[in-house]
Amino acid sequence: MKKAALILVLLFPLAMHALEQNFYIGIATRMLIYAMAAASLNLVLGYGGMVSFGHAAFFGAGAYIVGILAYEGVTSLWIAWPLAVAVAALAALVIGAISLRTRGVYFIMITLAFAQMTYYVFVSLKSYGGDDGLSMPSRSTGLGFSLSNEFAWYYLVLGLLIMILYLLHRLVHSRFGRVVEAIRENETRAAAVGYPVYRYQLLCFVISGAIAGLAGALIANQTSYVGPSLLHWIQSGTLMLMVILGGVGRFWGGPVGAAVLLALEELFSGTPLLGAWSLHWQLPVGLILLAVVLFAPRGIAGAFAKQPR
Amino acid sequence: MLSLSNLGKRFGGVVAVDGVSLAVAAGEVHALIGPNGAGKTTLIGLISGALAADSGEISFLGKQVTRLQSHERVRAGLARSYQITSIFRRFSVLDNLALAVQARSGSSFSFWKPVASEAALFEEARFIANQIGLEGKVSLTANQLSHGEQRALEVGLALATRPKLVLLDEPMAGMGPEESRRMIELISRIRAEVTVLLVEHDMDAVFRLADRISVMVNGRLVATGAPQEIKANEEVKRAYLGDELAA
Repeated sequence: MKKAALILVLLFPLAMHALEQNFYIGIATRMLIYAMAAASLNLVLGYGGMVSFGHAAFFGAGAYIVGILAYEGVTSLWIAWPLAVAVAALAALVIGAISLRTRGVYFIMITLAFAQMTYYVFVSLKSYGGDDGLSMPSRSTGLGFSLSNEFAWYYLVLGLLIMILYLLHRLVHSRFGRVVEAIRENETRAAAVGYPVYRYQLLCFVISGAIAGLAGALIANQTSYVGPSLLHWIQSGTLMLMVILGGVGRFWGGPVGAAVLLALEELFSGTPLLGAWSLHWQLPVGLILLAVVLFAPRGIAGAFAKQPR
Repeated sequence: MLSLSNLGKRFGGVVAVDGVSLAVAAGEVHALIGPNGAGKTTLIGLISGALAADSGEISFLGKQVTRLQSHERVRAGLARSYQITSIFRRFSVLDNLALAVQARSGSSFSFWKPVASEAALFEEARFIANQIGLEGKVSLTANQLSHGEQRALEVGLALATRPKLVLLDEPMAGMGPEESRRMIELISRIRAEVTVLLVEHDMDAVFRLADRISVMVNGRLVATGAPQEIKANEEVKRAYLGDELAA
């Protein structure tokens, strides 16, 4: 199945081009970017058991760094993207260092509060568009070819996603990954066999934030626009829905959930299927989410997995 | 090896541990007994670092550990097991033990190499599984084990950190006679390598295993001595042992 999926994502743009449906290449690229963001959330939420309800802060911060730099005339991705990752990681370090002193519902609330604070900071930045956001004159530059080309852009994003997923795969199977999962399973015992729990959780949080920042840098380029809605709590909630839909703590949970949720949105918000009713596309999408949670509580990736956990 | 001086802990108005001074000698099995609510588990919490002492000092192997956190005390060779089973329930038995072995062998801030490729960790984990009698169950997940087996794994997790002193908090809690017998055998086997501070209500086990016994009542130590002395001690009889010894 994985092989089929790989062939599909590799050939998708060519197939769409042949069918003269280039529009769908953009939608697919968006799915790849959200797949990365959702995978980053799944690292803290699924593997680490840290229910972060503020992941939009890192996603949005990464996006805004790219947007602001482009507005100031710095378009090179060699500068903008690493900076986006670094700022998101720093934000995760600060937010994580404080939030991880709490547990349970307090952790959910404090991460949400930090993300909303970040949201209002960017809304109040009048010189960078405030409420209206910022348009970028073009996508990032620096690779010697234009990223405005939908094919080039799709394959670049795909390459980065595969790289990040490979990194994550190594990470969750490493010593570090095992400790993070052990802390999720039983924090007290993890400390009692000799692990400094806080340090492991914080580092996991920072790694996740950094990856979300990279996804943010990509989403800014996708639309050549950054706005405060990228930081809004609804964005955090959407990422969480993707992870739950795909499978919490399942390696493919993030990517599968992102692809399925965005595909459902596309399907029900377009007029061909529902006509005038498509204005209310949230309803059928919501019903499907409900069905997944009720009948496949381990998510889509979990339902297809060989071994339960 | 371990010495407590004037250790105190209160929760609000309740004094749980009240000026306890105690020395555990290297190589002994030292039992800590006392009625429910005497403060035994709190004392174990203070020694392991799960709780911070309000007063007094703890020294271990000649070093002050009063202000060290749990994980630092484990590194120093001071491990514990819990009265209420605390294991990694969705991990296999082998993974449970390997994780504890991993904690003291090299850094776990390692992000690239698959842990499954580290044969030494799993070899040692199998050795511990053998020691605790779970060698036939290593690939089961921990929540598939029987109560007695989970209790054995509980002790195994403490042993896997290679402690010099292990704090066993009621290892026989909720066990049937056959399971208790196996736990007694396990403790008599490990005593050759590790000093044991044993909290236990099963008097049969205590008198079979302990070199010395301390009795705790209402947060205070009322007596410490060899099993025969404790049996003969009038205060202890009154406070705690009375009926059981008379029977």
